[in-house]
Amino acid sequence: MTLAKVQTISLNGLSGHLVDVEVDISDGLPGYTLLGLPDAALSESRERVRSALVNSGAPWPNRKVTVSLSPAWLPKSGSGYDLPIAMALLIAQAIVEVSCIESSIFLGELGLDGQIRGVRGALPSIISAQQRGVKQAIISFENYLECQAIPGIELIAFADLRELLNFFQNGQLPIREVNSKVEIENEATKDLTDVAGQDLPRRALEIAAVGAHHLLLLGPPGAGKTMLAERLPGILPELTIEQALEVASIASLSGTNSARMALDRRPPFISPHHSTTATAMIGGGTHFIRPGACSQANLGVLFIDEAPECSNGVLASLRQPLESGVATISRAVGTLTYPAKFLLVLAANPCPCGKYSGKGRGCMCSSLAIRRYVQKISGPLLDRIDIRIFVEPPTRVEMSAAELGESSAVVRTRVASARAAARERFREFPWELNSHIPASQLRKRFSAQKPAMQLLHQELDAERLSARGLHKTLRVAWSIADLIGATIPTLECVEEAYRLRAGTSEIL
Amino acid sequence: MGKNQESGARGEERAATYLLSQGYVILDRNWRVAGGEIDIVAQESDGRVVFVEVKARRDQSYGHPLEAITHQKAQRLRKLALTWLISHNSWSSPFRIDAVAIIGTGEEFSLDHRKAIA
Repeated sequence: MTLAKVQTISLNGLSGHLVDVEVDISDGLPGYTLLGLPDAALSESRERVRSALVNSGAPWPNRKVTVSLSPAWLPKSGSGYDLPIAMALLIAQAIVEVSCIESSIFLGELGLDGQIRGVRGALPSIISAQQRGVKQAIISFENYLECQAIPGIELIAFADLRELLNFFQNGQLPIREVNSKVEIENEATKDLTDVAGQDLPRRALEIAAVGAHHLLLLGPPGAGKTMLAERLPGILPELTIEQALEVASIASLSGTNSARMALDRRPPFISPHHSTTATAMIGGGTHFIRPGACSQANLGVLFIDEAPECSNGVLASLRQPLESGVATISRAVGTLTYPAKFLLVLAANPCPCGKYSGKGRGCMCSSLAIRRYVQKISGPLLDRIDIRIFVEPPTRVEMSAAELGESSAVVRTRVASARAAARERFREFPWELNSHIPASQLRKRFSAQKPAMQLLHQELDAERLSARGLHKTLRVAWSIADLIGATIPTLECVEEAYRLRAGTSEIL
Repeated sequence: MGKNQESGARGEERAATYLLSQGYVILDRNWRVAGGEIDIVAQESDGRVVFVEVKARRDQSYGHPLEAITHQKAQRLRKLALTWLISHNSWSSPFRIDAVAIIGTGEEFSLDHRKAIA
């Protein structure tokens, strides 16, 4: 047989496209033609594949080799095609004989010595291959660990081409110790017990965790804003397996996979520095579009410290993902969409010098400077933040208190049962979280008790609350109701929600 | 004659012997003009003129001999072939350009005949 075909997968965002790698060996001068819109890294595959085959003891066909990657119109990039091309060459030369590889894919880069190396984005590749009905994947041992967790697909991993040849010629699988699927539970590494006092921020964190409400923490340096924010993922419910795989897929594409196992059930916590760019926040790149911080924080927490220090446009760029739950990135190579359903936590000093809180002693900032500083967080963005609170430094009494605060595990249990109550209530609706209740449904089906609504309407009449603000307050009130086990938000729930929203209104 | 030329000449000799054994008639050897040289001009039994480029190497340590025939070299062979046909008043006869690779020294060698390379 001088013609062979194997399959691989080409990734576009998180979704893959099955690609046929066809090899034809014909008479004529020795040569190698690669068809199907390869990029630079892929065009170099010839030299890698050739050296790898020869150095693994397989022959190189000194004839005319034509490699075609179809669909031909789809631009292909990366080094993951080395292994499928090598495999097709082996089949075409009848070095290996295979009967059923129609439902298999090959994915891996080759070293000159025949080593099979891992590729970036292996996890989302294999997941989408499985979704497209592929039964078996032949990959590098390097990618094996991260891909193990994917259900419904058989993985065969090789360290080099010799092992692969040995398997397809003699049926011998390489024997090695494989650690079973590692699940990491949401065992908080940073626990809430470490936080002294801070009853209001603790409560705010808990409510934010129940309904996935966005959060603004205003406070002087050293009050514990960062400390609190870092403890938010620890009280969020554990990710489901599908969610964990989605988070790990994005990490795999970002190239930060060494830091995340596929079955890590902990919600991610991403804290970009305030000097970050809008591209790093949303995602981008010329040839390969990387997910940005907001997609890495998908299903977890995106924490931006010193938010007013962010350059123009960085915070504003978050508005689209906040609204739609996805980040859409357009570049010359195409348009991609990455999921970006994150819980936003902003932290800020109350003024440029940071001392404008409590009695405001020692603050030298003019009222104009203070106003300008916090106004860097634009109105439209602020409007999407449901809970805005002051974080005051802990008092002497709180610091010296002998008994420790509640642990994350205790709070997490309460959050989980509140979320379960919400899920039960929204059973027949397409959303699960309080922050996702549409405005129309808030008016019709999910309003609060009568006196509570009267309070909100009063505030609306007095122009202390916008229409959107009213809805946001109601959503938070639902989360509070879920925490105390009420079936409908009472006046107390709405009052607390309103306090959490208007808590910083004296400077914002 | 240098070592390589010697091995080249011996290679062409072997190629000619092979072509004869395959039923070809040798029309010309080492035909030279300003644009280059054609190693062997042969004729198939059906009358087709076949221009043969012979590449000989002692071993494959520098790669397969036919890899040395680049696209430019193939184009030059085509031009030379047309020149030969015109100068022999047979510009309309069907023709083909082949390559023969010979690997090995002495009695131990392998021969690889590729047809219609350009």
